[in-house]
Amino acid sequence: MSVLTEKINAIIKPENLVYSKSPLLNDDSMHYCPGCSHGVVHRLIAEVIDEMGIQEETIGVSPVGCAVFAYNYIDIDWQEAAHGRAPAVATGIKRVMPEKYVFSYQGDGDLAAIGTAETFHAVNRGENIVMIFINNAIYGMTGGQMAPTTLVGQITSTTPHGRNVDLNGYPLKITELLAQLPGAAFVTRQSVQTPAAVRKTKKAIRKAFEIQAQKKGTAFVEVVSTCSSGWKLSPVASNKWMEENMFPQYPLGDLKDTGRADASLYKVKG
Amino acid sequence: MGELRLMKGNEVIAEAAIRCGCDGYFGYPITPQSEVMETLMTLRPWESTGMVVLQAESEIASIHMVYGAAGAGKRVMTSSSSPGISLMAEGISYIAGSELPCVIVNVQRGGPGLGTIQPSQADYNQATKGGGHGDYSLLVLAPASVQEMHDFVILGFELAFKFRNPVMILADGVIGQLMEKVELIDQRPRWTNEQISEISGDWATIGKSKVRKKHVITSLEMDSNMMENNNLRLQAKYNKMKAEEVRYEEINCDDAEYIIVAFGSAARICQKTVQIARRKGVKLGLIRPITLFPFPEKIISGYASRVKGFLSVEFNAGQMVNDIRLAVNGKTRVEYFGRMGGIVPTPDEVEEALEQRFLKEDLCRY
Repeated sequence: MSVLTEKINAIIKPENLVYSKSPLLNDDSMHYCPGCSHGVVHRLIAEVIDEMGIQEETIGVSPVGCAVFAYNYIDIDWQEAAHGRAPAVATGIKRVMPEKYVFSYQGDGDLAAIGTAETFHAVNRGENIVMIFINNAIYGMTGGQMAPTTLVGQITSTTPHGRNVDLNGYPLKITELLAQLPGAAFVTRQSVQTPAAVRKTKKAIRKAFEIQAQKKGTAFVEVVSTCSSGWKLSPVASNKWMEENMFPQYPLGDLKDTGRADASLYKVKG
Repeated sequence: MGELRLMKGNEVIAEAAIRCGCDGYFGYPITPQSEVMETLMTLRPWESTGMVVLQAESEIASIHMVYGAAGAGKRVMTSSSSPGISLMAEGISYIAGSELPCVIVNVQRGGPGLGTIQPSQADYNQATKGGGHGDYSLLVLAPASVQEMHDFVILGFELAFKFRNPVMILADGVIGQLMEKVELIDQRPRWTNEQISEISGDWATIGKSKVRKKHVITSLEMDSNMMENNNLRLQAKYNKMKAEEVRYEEINCDDAEYIIVAFGSAARICQKTVQIARRKGVKLGLIRPITLFPFPEKIISGYASRVKGFLSVEFNAGQMVNDIRLAVNGKTRVEYFGRMGGIVPTPDEVEEALEQRFLKEDLCRY
């Protein structure tokens, strides 16, 4: 036995453990590409559900897109939604079981393109659900096509010469728009490219679930994410590209933290 | 005897839903069925039975809300009319593919496109042949009276849970807007959580307890062999429906030389046609399919070797006539008569059509 192995074995002992996998995450290897943000966000959701002790009361709604198989990894009940319809599906579940925790998990194409109507109206109704939004500015599952959040000039398989506003319009800052809706209780934009960012995102997800328990309205957490395969960059280069290009367009931080609006502000007079 | 009332077909859908213990209704306004949600909102069942009623932002959203709530093992429903049902096609396919129970009411209007708000039966093919993508079938009930609008909501939920399959009540603008006497069932309680666990505990996504494996409701399967197995399981279920759930009504068929096949409001008109023809000495009978899927093909093929012809009467361009032809399989003549665009023919018009298509020709032959 080498000196190094001896030293390592001396360290790897149960009493020295400072981190272990959430019991809600199973041992299946994830289908996500190296460098993808989905796995980290899955882990954070699993940790929050476990730490809040709400495994038996939580139902997840997975989207169409890379995260369609989210139900394979987190050990809770799941319902898989049609493309873009997760907020409607989550609404249906929550309305008939208001005592349960319900969250949707969607990518940018799902939430901000095909499901825009469902997204806006669920938030506008102030549905007491958590919405997790993974924004990596590209369609991953279908092979790297333009997303509503794709940046101007960004190359994708359907914008091979870069996104051009004359042809494709502008990147959609849907989170800013949702923060304007009176039904939104908590709207935040986070990322998971550094340990510090991961910790902040976990806090935001935890807060979102707590807001659901308090029935304050919709809690919306965007996670600006990387897609190394779609962007055709290494994981390290993807993080750098995200920080340099995504963050200026999609700045991190809380956009709203007031709870849903007071209905009297909107009421007719007579 | 239950409570008797004079009610509109659309209103009675709402009343029956509340009384049978329905857990939720999700819908979007569209003529000629808006009274369904209006009645529910007026009656406020969330204060009495706890039933949820929600106006969605679109028919797309409402059917996916139904999908979500049905996943919870709850008895949930929606209603719409033709263009709205087209929007729901995606969600209906998902519900069928995921094998969830629900009731969908289509109070049909004329099409295609925006068409008209007048009555029609032009969604027969859409309802009975799936309507959305993939190999699936709905169990389709066709009410011909306000009483049946009531009864089929209750029956619909029973069948939906028996087969874990969406059930469609395929009505039309006539039945939806018609006012008739109806006998209502007494209020039944909604299912308790314990009952739901007992009935749907092996699949519903109601929160994973520590003692069971997680439940996943999905129609997705990437393995072709597994997906084919899923399809075969669905087909076996549809065959079971064909074996067990065919419903129809026969009127004056015993000695009939000619039989009209008609469903819904068309069947009511044809009932009068039978009387008119009989007075003229024509031995006419009527078969009214009550389930459009499963289609009463056996009873029709049984009569095929005995009658001189079938006349399919439909408020469309001739859709059910093809199912009759399949059942008859060339053994006798099958003709079609119908009106479109929201026009409802008179009993005499149908009788004339019968004479034109069969009697004149047959008399010449003798």
